[in-house]
Amino acid sequence: MVPISYYLGLSAILFVTGILGVLLRRNALVIFMSLELMFNASNLLFVAFSAYYKILTGQIFVFFVMAVAAAEVAVGLALMVAIFRTKHSVDVDQVNVLKG
Amino acid sequence: MILSEIARIDPTFGLVPWVVLLPIIGLLLNVLIGKRLGELGIGLIASLASGASFVISILLMLALGHTHGPVTVSFLDWITAPGFTLGWNFRVDTLSVTMMLVVSGVGTLIHIYATSYMHSDVRYNGEPSRYRRFFVFLNLFIADMMLLVSANNYLMLFVGWEGVGLCSYLLIGFWFEKGKDGIGNALAAKKAFIVNRIGDFGVLIAIFILFTTFHTLDFDGIFSKVQLNAPAFQGVILAVTLFMLLGVTGKSAQLPLYVWLPDAMAGPTPVSALIHAATMVTAGVYLVARSNALYVAAPAAQAAVMWVGALTALFAATIAVAQFDIKKVLAYSTISQLGFMVAAVGMGAVTAAMFHLITHAFFKALLFLAAGSVILAMERGYETSEHGHTGNAEEFDPQDMRNMGNLQRRLPWTFWTYLMGALALSGIAPLAGFFSKDEILTVASLTSPWIFVLLILAAFLTAFYMGRQIFLVFFGQARSEAAGNASESSAVVLVPMVILAILSVIGGVLNLPGTTFLEKWITQTVAGKPDQFVLPLAVTSFALALIGLFMAWLVYGIRKPLAHPGEPDPLAPILGKVYNGMQNKWWVDEVYQVLFVRPYQSLSELLAQPVDLGAIDAIGNEIGSSIRSLGNGLRRWENGFVRSYALTLLIGLVVILAYLMVK
Repeated sequence: MVPISYYLGLSAILFVTGILGVLLRRNALVIFMSLELMFNASNLLFVAFSAYYKILTGQIFVFFVMAVAAAEVAVGLALMVAIFRTKHSVDVDQVNVLKG
Repeated sequence: MILSEIARIDPTFGLVPWVVLLPIIGLLLNVLIGKRLGELGIGLIASLASGASFVISILLMLALGHTHGPVTVSFLDWITAPGFTLGWNFRVDTLSVTMMLVVSGVGTLIHIYATSYMHSDVRYNGEPSRYRRFFVFLNLFIADMMLLVSANNYLMLFVGWEGVGLCSYLLIGFWFEKGKDGIGNALAAKKAFIVNRIGDFGVLIAIFILFTTFHTLDFDGIFSKVQLNAPAFQGVILAVTLFMLLGVTGKSAQLPLYVWLPDAMAGPTPVSALIHAATMVTAGVYLVARSNALYVAAPAAQAAVMWVGALTALFAATIAVAQFDIKKVLAYSTISQLGFMVAAVGMGAVTAAMFHLITHAFFKALLFLAAGSVILAMERGYETSEHGHTGNAEEFDPQDMRNMGNLQRRLPWTFWTYLMGALALSGIAPLAGFFSKDEILTVASLTSPWIFVLLILAAFLTAFYMGRQIFLVFFGQARSEAAGNASESSAVVLVPMVILAILSVIGGVLNLPGTTFLEKWITQTVAGKPDQFVLPLAVTSFALALIGLFMAWLVYGIRKPLAHPGEPDPLAPILGKVYNGMQNKWWVDEVYQVLFVRPYQSLSELLAQPVDLGAIDAIGNEIGSSIRSLGNGLRRWENGFVRSYALTLLIGLVVILAYLMVK
């Protein structure tokens, strides 16, 4: 088996990539994808620990995470559709009605 | 004392609060409904209020004739603190009743005179609606002066003291937008108030010292303690009396605080007559007379009072000799005569001082009222003359004696009453002024030769400048068209003058050398030096007055003096530089400007500009602007920019995690 640190490093890199994507991309859909990337990074971490220490809890928790991710995407996409109806664009920077 | 006790003694004593309340009711009526009543109603209410005060004063005098001894009437409680109580308590004794009679009597005559005088004056100055204001202030003055003289404790006296100072300010600045450069009257009023304040400071310190030493401010309380045990309070009494002297120099216009009185002539003439001749300025004399028990226990203070009075008498008389404004001569004459009174109380001769106070009120008020009549006549003459309708009222000074002349023919009543007043003031027997002044001179001759010399010189100069004034105003030829067209005043103006003239002539009976009514009356309350009559001295002072008038005639009467307004005074070449000094009031105002006023003004400017605006305002402004810049900075956080919100979330998360890990 590969040392667990490889999995930790990969998970960290994926997570940071996801963060960068959330912060730096303007397209709302790409932000959602980056968010999913963050979810998956944490999933990978859970599964890695579960495999290494032969505990099933990690894998069970992944199911929870996936369910939550799905629900969250549903709500988020519904929001985006509503915004798109008024703004005709999925650019996040356009969602700024605050003056000054 | 409560009402039932008063009823046992004599119910009229219970009337004494009304001497203060009636003028207050008068002024309130005028304030509330005066506009609807018109000039006649306003004048009537004010004169009736003052007249009613006079009637009550007479009743009190008659009641006091039966029941001797001071009667105190409590009206209200003012301060009730543990260990110290003070009430609005009125005191009816011979000294206060004498003052009440003088104030309300002369005051009522002046109210009546003013109804006609102000009728002309408000029209001459172009503001008929200001008539009511005058009588409101005049009634306020009577109320405050009555409060002063009927007080039974020092604090109530001080309330009246301050009140008359306020009324003086309000009335001097009555025409506040007029005067030299449109601000002269307001400046004169300000000067009067500020200089008076310096005197008030002295009285306040005296009251504080009295309070901390005796724990009471009632006259009876303090005087009885002092008389029982004078040596124990030596330093205290000396301090109190000297501080009170400061107050007297302010209110009664003595050296060094007399400078406000000549400027106060900017007020209308009834104001000058009432406040600055007969009543307010005598408040200082009254204060010293009332505090005679304190002054007797401090001979050094008595000497100080005496010297201040005598020096002022001579100093002011010298200035009066060279003045050209008819009212300024009378103003300096008032200062000089007040010097006589103050010197008299300083020598302990309270009766002589009160006698001179009464007679001086008569003839000085008369002189001012008559001068007002002359001024009115000059204004009328100006209006009916050629230049009258150009509206250049500022260029013609109706009060300048150089514009007058030969008014004896045109204003006979004014002339005769003025002559009576002037002769009384000069000390011609058997007019009132002779007896009162002679008493003071007699006491001076027995007390101190230096004081006597000062006073007798002042008496001589008094006769001289009054003679000068008579000849310049009433004789010779008219030096201007206005004087040529002058017409006599109305009866309402002349009747009070005639009454005062009669009083000036017969007033001497109050205290003739044989039957000394006033002395017996006053000594019931205040023990002073007994009045004496020394015939050689009386003859000398009479002769000196005659010589003064004769010399005035020589200089001003024989030759046609000042045929034109521009000619110099005939006295100038005789006296040379001395005349220059006299005319310039010995440059006292200028000295005060340099010594006190300018340093004070530069100090205020220093504190106003760099300190107040620069430092203190800067602190406030800095705090404001720093908060604003903080707000500006924080504003950038909430920009509606979703990604920056996401960044903020991330940063917060990192901070929390770091904290947990470090912990």
